[in-house]
Amino acid sequence: MTVLTYRANPGDVLATAEEKAASPALNKHDVFSVSDLNLWYGEVQALRNINLDLKENEITAIIGPSGCGKSTFIKTLNRMVELVPSVRVSGKILYRGRNILDNSYKVEELRTRVGMVFQKPNPFPKSIYENVAYGPKIHGIRNKKILDEIVEKSLRGAAIWDEVKDRLHENAYGLSGGQQQRLCIARCLAIEPDVILMDEPTSALDPISTLKVEELVQELKKDFSIVIVTHNMQQAARISDKTAFFLNGEVIEFDKTDKIFSNPGDKRTEDYITGRFG
Amino acid sequence: MKYINHAHTQKRMNIRLLKNAVAKTLFFLATLFGLIVLVALIYRVVTQGVHWIDMDFLTNRLSTDPEKAGIYGAVIGTLWLMAVMAPITLILGVGTAVYLEEYARKNRFHRLIQTNISNLAGVPSVVFGLQGLTVFVRGMELGAVVLAGGLTMSLLVLPIVVVAAQEAIRAVPQYLREASFGMGATKWQTIRNIVLPAALPGILTGVILALSRAVGETAPLVVLGIPALLIPVPDSLFDKFTVLPLQIYYWTLDSALVREYANLAAASIMVLLVILFLMNSIAILIRNKFQRRF
Repeated sequence: MTVLTYRANPGDVLATAEEKAASPALNKHDVFSVSDLNLWYGEVQALRNINLDLKENEITAIIGPSGCGKSTFIKTLNRMVELVPSVRVSGKILYRGRNILDNSYKVEELRTRVGMVFQKPNPFPKSIYENVAYGPKIHGIRNKKILDEIVEKSLRGAAIWDEVKDRLHENAYGLSGGQQQRLCIARCLAIEPDVILMDEPTSALDPISTLKVEELVQELKKDFSIVIVTHNMQQAARISDKTAFFLNGEVIEFDKTDKIFSNPGDKRTEDYITGRFG
Repeated sequence: MKYINHAHTQKRMNIRLLKNAVAKTLFFLATLFGLIVLVALIYRVVTQGVHWIDMDFLTNRLSTDPEKAGIYGAVIGTLWLMAVMAPITLILGVGTAVYLEEYARKNRFHRLIQTNISNLAGVPSVVFGLQGLTVFVRGMELGAVVLAGGLTMSLLVLPIVVVAAQEAIRAVPQYLREASFGMGATKWQTIRNIVLPAALPGILTGVILALSRAVGETAPLVVLGIPALLIPVPDSLFDKFTVLPLQIYYWTLDSALVREYANLAAASIMVLLVILFLMNSIAILIRNKFQRRF
């Protein structure tokens, strides 16, 4: 745990384990508080009046048909959406109380707190070790011993340590797709984020690898807040605490996962989760 | 309801196959033509020059006596030229490519630069020679020295290097950049740690191929006034120098006076071809060795 020390303000974001245990589940802090979020790609509006609060140590699943803005939404949370030229955003996204859409908010700072796992496993063409050490290194950690510790801790955290511990210095491209995705999760853990965004992390994986990643996500919930976009409704039902249903860039319904899947409040949600469209 | 009449199709089958065979033959002949010309060229050069190549030819300095004349000075001059060009084109070329691909906004100004770089790559080399003469040889009063030649040739191949480096950088998949940005890396950290290492083989290949083109160039150096009949061997940036293609050019011109000069030219062409062949081989080796499966 000592490796946490390189954070700018270690105390201000993560509650200690004791505090977490003490605080009642209903009174969790907001990690993200999104209000009146609108987003346009050129002239096309992709997100409309999004209002959502994402809580600490919860898994929030984002579901909805293709092109409904799920991925756009999640990429707005770490401002990766800005990589698309011609994108315009309005509204407010408070992350731990600060508006990340402010010009003064540095994206680099945001992205060290809000990590991301992508749809397709995208390890760097480097060794397994170098992949995991990449984040800490760019944030200025040079000490070999600390890096070793971070790498081991992150790989253990992503439940892949035992599979790769004997070949840390081999190229990450030698791993299977499922292993690569868990490596990418480890790489994300290595920057010790507060929130992990996952953009359909299992859509390129076989069922067994998917199961492993799902188990991992549940495990990670203890230490991180997770937002996961998924096409797979069983997956959303299995692993998430809350579910947001997106349709045509709008949030149709956002509630506890149990509620959404057993007793949806909106006809469109019901139609979607029962497979009538999408 | 059937639309295909199989009996009719069957009847037309032979004429279709015949047309295919004719097309194949035509394309093969087109290839063969180039091949024959190339082989004839090499055959002529080799038969004429091979007896003149020996250690003395490679290590002797220039002489008016064909028996004593060697190309040592020209080979060293060629190496000097490359030594000047390689760092200049690498730094300026890669710098430009990184800016255009990674930093510059894709707007009208960007398109203007891009179009002009592509156009520059097609400008006749003699024009670059005029520029070099005006700016480096006369303007900066360098004279026809290694530095002036190297700078001129760098300008000549710079557009090629920029385009090659741009292509190499563009070939680095976007998802690798996203992974890096996603961890809070700055643009420069991403470029330095992810993009450039992945693009390096492509960039090096481009630089080597550009250098090999410059090594075979004659026209700009003629314009600069690089002497062919030069006895001393250059040993600094500010020495006069000559290069292989120029040596070949003047020997061929003077073969009207001294017959053996034609043979010397042929022998020099062989040496130049070997150098170019080696450089291209290195480029291919680099490309294959570092080829990455993204």
